[in-house]
Amino acid sequence: MLLAVLSGFLLAFVAPWLARAAGRYSGWLLALLPAGLTFWFASFLPEVAAHGSILFEYPWVPGLDVGLTFYLDGLSLLFALLISGIGTFIVIYAGGYLADHPDLRRFYVVILAFMASMLGLVLSSNLIALFVFWELTSITSYLLIGFDHEDEKARKAALQGLIVTVGGGLALMAGFVLLAMAGGSYELAELLHEGDAIRDHALYLPLLLLILFGAFTKSAQVPFHFWLPNAMAAPTPVSAYLHSATMVKAGVYLLARLNPSLGGTDAWLLLLSLFGALTMFTGAVMAIRSTGVKRMLAYSTVMALGTLTLLIGLGTPTAAAAAVTFLLAHSLYKGALFLIAGILDHETGCKDFRDLGGLRGKLPVTAAVAALAALSLAGILPLFGFVAKELLFESVIGAPWIVVAPVTLLALASAVLIVAAAAVVGIRPYFGPTVPTPKHPHEAPPALLAGPVTLAALGLLFGLYPALAEHQILAAAARAVHGAPVELNLALWHGFNLPLLMSLVSLGLGLWVFSRWEFVRARFDRHLEPRERFGPERGYELFMEGIVRISDWQTRLLQNGYLRYYILTIVITLVALTGYTLLTRYPVVPTPNLAGIEIHLLAVALMTVLAALFAIITHSRLGAVALLGAVGFGVALVFILFSAPDVGITQVLVETLTVILLVLVIFRLPGMYALSRPRARYRDSGVAVALGGLLVWLLLLIQETRFFPSISAYFIENSQPLAHGRNIVNVILVDFRALDTLGEITVLALAAVGVYAMIKLRAEDRQK
Amino acid sequence: MDTIMALVVGTLYATALYMMLRRSIIKLVIGLILLSNAANLLIFTAAGLTTGAPPLVPDGASAPVGAVADPLAQALILTAIVISFGVLAFAVVLIHRAYEIVKVDDMDQMKDTDT
Amino acid sequence: MKTQMNSLILRTTGHFLLPLLLIFSIFLLLRGHDEPGGGFIAGLVAAAAIALYLFSMGIKSARQVLWVDPRNLFGIGLTLAVLSGVPAIFYGQAFFTSQWWPIYLPPFGTLKLSTPLFFDIGVYLVVVGSVLTIVLTLAEAEG
Repeated sequence: MLLAVLSGFLLAFVAPWLARAAGRYSGWLLALLPAGLTFWFASFLPEVAAHGSILFEYPWVPGLDVGLTFYLDGLSLLFALLISGIGTFIVIYAGGYLADHPDLRRFYVVILAFMASMLGLVLSSNLIALFVFWELTSITSYLLIGFDHEDEKARKAALQGLIVTVGGGLALMAGFVLLAMAGGSYELAELLHEGDAIRDHALYLPLLLLILFGAFTKSAQVPFHFWLPNAMAAPTPVSAYLHSATMVKAGVYLLARLNPSLGGTDAWLLLLSLFGALTMFTGAVMAIRSTGVKRMLAYSTVMALGTLTLLIGLGTPTAAAAAVTFLLAHSLYKGALFLIAGILDHETGCKDFRDLGGLRGKLPVTAAVAALAALSLAGILPLFGFVAKELLFESVIGAPWIVVAPVTLLALASAVLIVAAAAVVGIRPYFGPTVPTPKHPHEAPPALLAGPVTLAALGLLFGLYPALAEHQILAAAARAVHGAPVELNLALWHGFNLPLLMSLVSLGLGLWVFSRWEFVRARFDRHLEPRERFGPERGYELFMEGIVRISDWQTRLLQNGYLRYYILTIVITLVALTGYTLLTRYPVVPTPNLAGIEIHLLAVALMTVLAALFAIITHSRLGAVALLGAVGFGVALVFILFSAPDVGITQVLVETLTVILLVLVIFRLPGMYALSRPRARYRDSGVAVALGGLLVWLLLLIQETRFFPSISAYFIENSQPLAHGRNIVNVILVDFRALDTLGEITVLALAAVGVYAMIKLRAEDRQK
Repeated sequence: MDTIMALVVGTLYATALYMMLRRSIIKLVIGLILLSNAANLLIFTAAGLTTGAPPLVPDGASAPVGAVADPLAQALILTAIVISFGVLAFAVVLIHRAYEIVKVDDMDQMKDTDT
Repeated sequence: MKTQMNSLILRTTGHFLLPLLLIFSIFLLLRGHDEPGGGFIAGLVAAAAIALYLFSMGIKSARQVLWVDPRNLFGIGLTLAVLSGVPAIFYGQAFFTSQWWPIYLPPFGTLKLSTPLFFDIGVYLVVVGSVLTIVLTLAEAEG
């Protein structure tokens, strides 16, 4: 299992060389891995259907008790199959679609890395690992949207997608930490059984909101839906894979995954079903308003994501069944439609429905596949989309009373609009009068057709035999979402009932909308365009401008270029915070400890203090060096008098060398002039005295109280028995803490290299 | 004696900070030297002051007799002293080089990166 | 400012003190595990000895008496220090676990050959190398 998840990363490393070696067939060659993974995951189908879940554990950082755990149940297996299965066709398709692109090999690297991250995301049982994979998908998505990096629009869209999804990721991480606190574990496999404890926890609402924020941004829910259509700047295989079939469903996956732990509360029901329903409707309206092929598909994806969120939010067994069925159906037809959009673009050079028409003669296979996928999108007999749509209607009319009215209305309205959009997608480019196109269209090559044909055929197969999908995977998936076994009873024909009636209504109205597409679009445009200035995308732009303005302001304030203001800021903060904590938490006046005062100790202390004080008022450089030497030797005497011979000797030697150093350099530095104004001097002495006073106070308190024993006891006891050394300080340096010492001598060596480099560089400057 | 040492540490910190806040770069160097002495002495004093009991094990014994001074703080300070020499040398040469290029000793005139 | 000071006393002491101080530094290094001393102190003593020589004899003689570039010294020292952590791996222990191979030398007693000793020698070389690199390059920049 570990190998299965990581194999994508491994292949990504060598993909450029493999692709070069394979030449024109690189796509077919690299697709062997996802294809193999698909079959490997499929081999788990019987076991998961029978037992429900399998747990794989691998030690990762055993010392910290961090493991890599993978949890395979119906839900994660369904996702894993979709990721590796659709991934297979995407890689093949990319080999044909981007055959002449100079960066094809880079594309393979990122798309394989993405596939591996996505697999890791859906299979991880550990929340931390899940989060890491989650962020990896955001990053690979950024690289893929911005694949055409010379296009400014693509770069902008990539950044927008990254900021929205990573911003959500940040909230998600906080949510995960709270979730682990509430549930007492970072393992999903355990959290799934802690539902009651989590729901009753005081942190339930905050953690729910944080996790929903993460999931909603990733899955493009209102009001974060705007990044997804912009992400269509990516090459078509990416749109089909990331922004339709897999990555954007990560948020939905997370919601479905956590439904047994978090679901079942009023907050969950209201937030998910209302945001989901709104997203569904918004997506449908925006889809019918679009004329770009990919843009319309992107908005219909937004609609589908909203539908899934709504279904997970409803929480009924039927809704769970509908969610997994709709998920599978959508991945199949939307993947196919995106790939067809790519074919149209590739063969004709057009990206807008208004420039396409009458292509059925030139592209017969594409037209047939498009028709199948569009029928599934519209939810028409006998395709799998119909099964999903029936279940959707059944779920919304059986929803809890509090939301039943709005969600049913919105679902019906969205269905009408999506039927119209499906008609545009399936009919418009292929029928009607032939429109001249920039390129002379030919039927697409097998590499491009393999994916859409297979996906559409599966949609038809599952439509005709829904039980096939149900027994293999959907029953297990629905059980994972709902947390208890669910009766699915998928069938094409349930007799005449309310869902069927709703289907018929949506079909009829949808076809009417299609027949008057231009009119409907104009109507929507007239009402919505003036309001778009206040839309969420505008909010995003304002947010970004605000960030720039704030960072500009704070850079001017904090990075003002005056070293002493930096020091002042740091010291005042230190004094204020430490002082506040000391006074509020530990309001004790330390008693002066004057025991053991001896005249020679007192003399040393006095000499050190006086030397330091004179060093700051002298105007002679030589005098300052001498006084600093006196301070240093005074400190050395303190070390020696208080039982630290090694430290004392070191201090004496370093003090000698420091004087040599200063003698070598200081006379080439400027003299000591008083540059500050008196006011600045008073202010600085005030701050300096405050810092000194704080440290005196702190030291006195430390000397009075020991909160815990020194860890030195271990070193003192074991110096001779374990390390065969009688000088404990030296034993600590070269044996117990040798690694620290290694770091320290490295710093010393680096300082020497720095000095050498600076002086030699100057010598070279002079020679020039 | 502990109280006296605390006062010494406080004075060293105050003088070091005062020098580091001056505009003349040479005073910054003096402040740095004072600061490293102050920091070492702070750690040393905080670990507790012991007279006449260095952390050495007598020949033939397996552990020192009675309480000895804290060896861990001493080990920390020992390396800190040597490193602070290296860092001081680096800082001094850096300041000298900056002075050579910019030809001003007032740090207020050194605040632009593009001179 | 010149680094060489024309003082007869300084010149004479420089000549005699250098070997004595260097031997003393090695003595400090070897006894460091049991008595006050060790790589840091010994390294500083050696560096100070050569700095003294530098002031009395001038930069050229100081370079000659060193016979290696101090920059190589800290490189060798760092390498030695890192390598001293390696043997533990062959005994299946954590990096830097100390290993002891005491050698019995009849007239002198036992030499405690060990990885911490090699580590301490590495520290010694780094300290000598770094301090001398700093002092010598600065002194040369004077010239």
